[in-house]
Amino acid sequence: MTDFSIILAGFGGQGILSAGKMAAEAALYEGKEVSWFPSYGPEMRGGTANCSVVISDEPIGSPVVNDADVVICLNQPSMEKFEPCIKPGGILIIDSSLIHIKPTRTDIKFIPMNASEIASELGNMAFATISMLGCLSAATGCFKRESFESALYEVLPERRHKLIPGNVAAFDKGAKFAE
Amino acid sequence: MANKKVLMKGNEVIAEAALRAGCRNYFGYPITPQTEVMHYMAKKMVQIGGNFVQAESEVSAINMVYGAAAAGARVMTSSSSPGISLKQEGISYIAGAELPAVCVNIVRAGPGLGGILPSQGDYWQATKGGGHGDYRNLVIAPASVQELYELTVEAFNLADKYRMLVMILGDGTLGQMMEPVLFRDEEPIEKIEKPWAAVGRGGREKHNTVTSIYIDPDDLEAKNHELQDKYKYIEENEVRYEAYGLEDAEIVITAFSTCSRICKNVIKQAAEQGIKVGMIRPITLWPFPKDIIRETAARDNVKAFLDVELSAGQMVEDVELAVSGKKPVHFYGRMGGNLPTQKEILDKIIAIHNNPNEGGRG
Repeated sequence: MTDFSIILAGFGGQGILSAGKMAAEAALYEGKEVSWFPSYGPEMRGGTANCSVVISDEPIGSPVVNDADVVICLNQPSMEKFEPCIKPGGILIIDSSLIHIKPTRTDIKFIPMNASEIASELGNMAFATISMLGCLSAATGCFKRESFESALYEVLPERRHKLIPGNVAAFDKGAKFAE
Repeated sequence: MANKKVLMKGNEVIAEAALRAGCRNYFGYPITPQTEVMHYMAKKMVQIGGNFVQAESEVSAINMVYGAAAAGARVMTSSSSPGISLKQEGISYIAGAELPAVCVNIVRAGPGLGGILPSQGDYWQATKGGGHGDYRNLVIAPASVQELYELTVEAFNLADKYRMLVMILGDGTLGQMMEPVLFRDEEPIEKIEKPWAAVGRGGREKHNTVTSIYIDPDDLEAKNHELQDKYKYIEENEVRYEAYGLEDAEIVITAFSTCSRICKNVIKQAAEQGIKVGMIRPITLWPFPKDIIRETAARDNVKAFLDVELSAGQMVEDVELAVSGKKPVHFYGRMGGNLPTQKEILDKIIAIHNNPNEGGRG
C-alpha cells in the first residue's frame, strides 16, 4: 500500500482531528508509515475543521492530500468542499444524520451512515467519528479493528481506558455500513 | 529493547529535541504556527529545572538568548516569520559577538503580517543575512518530523562548534503535522569547552567580555576577516543535501523541506509516464550545496532544472548561480500559504519534458 490518503472534515468540536490521529495511531501500531496534517487556519473555532491522514508501507511523500482515497464528512460545507477531492473509484463516507444531500459524482462509492444517531444511542457524541473510522477500516482495510483497539490502550492514559469498550462498540457499529 | 516510534507534532518534536540536546534555556513569544514549541517548553522546563520565559516581545526574547549564550548556556528561541523579523537586530549582534544559539523559524506566508499558513518566503532573510552587517547563520531545513528531531539536536552541536546562530527553517506544514518519530536512548551531544563565556573571572587574570563593538576600523576589519574565514571553513565542511536519480534524470528538481516531499510523489508519477526526474534537496540552505548542482548541470543526461518553492522564487537564484547558464532553470512556486498540488508540478514537468528550453527563467 503506497500513500493511502484520507481526509476527515466537519465542524470544529466534532472530534475530527482526534479521529484522524486515532486512524494514524492504529496504522502506526501495524508498523505502517503515517502522517497527520490538520487545518490550522483561523476558521477553527465554531467553523470547519479538517485533517489529512496518509498511510503507507513506504516513507510518505506529501502529507498534504489533494486526491483522497477516502473522504469522511460530518457536515454539508465539508462535503461540498471535499467531494471533488476524491480519486475516481474512491469512497465518500458521510454522517447522514447531519448531511441531507447526495453526492453529484457517480465515479465514487458513497456510504451514508447515521453516525450521530449511533453515537447518541451509545450515549457519547464523540463516538460519531469513531463509528465512521469503523466504516473506513472495514471498507478499505487501511488499518485493522484490532490495531485500533490496541492503539487506544497505548495512546489513552489509564484513567480513560474505561472509555475504550464504548469506542470499540461504536467502531463495530460503523463497520457494518461497509458491507 | 529498541525504542518505539511515537506519533508527535513537528513543533513538539523540536522542543523535545532541544531538551534532549541539553538546552535548559528557552525564551520566546507566541505566534502561529509555532506556538506548540513554546507550550511544550513551558510544560517541560519547569519539570527539569530549566529556564522558560515568555518574554514581552520577540526583541526581548532574542536578547535573553544573547545573555544566556554569553554565559555559555545552550539556549533556544523560536518564532514565525513576523516574529523572526523582529529578532533580526539581536541575531546580527549574536553573529558579531560569535555566540552559539539555536533559532527556529516555522515560516508563515508574508510579507507583513501576511497569513498563518505555510511558506518558504523567508529563505532570503535566513540565508543572506536578515540583520545588518556581513554575517551568516547556519541554516538547516528538515523535511520530516524525524529530521526535525535529529537536526535540532545537531543544531546545538553546530552552534557550539562554530560559535554562531544556527537557524532551523521549517514551515507551517512541518510544524503542524504529526509523524512517527524514533528517539535515541542517548543523544550525540558534543561537549565543547567555552573558555570565552562571561561567567566571572573565576581565577583567571582577566574577566571575559562578550561584545560586538569594535570602534577601531582595523580591529573591526580584522574581526570581519575572522568571521569570513570561519564561514569559508563551514562552506567547505558542513554542506548537506539529499540527491537521487541524478544518474539518468532528464529533469532535476531542486526543492527543500515541505516542497521536496510533494515533489517526491510527483517524481514517481512522472516515472509512470516515462519521464525521468531526479532531485537535489538542500538540507543546509546555508552553506548551499552549490557543488552538486554545478556538477549535475554539467551532466549530459540532464536537460533542465525545475526549482519548486513556496515563494515567488528565492532559492532559485542560488540554483541559477550554481547552474551558471549551463542548463535552463525553470521555476514553479505558490504563495500566500497555498501549497502546489502534485498535478500542478507534474504538468510543469511534462511541459519541460516536451520543451526544456522554453519557459525557463531569464
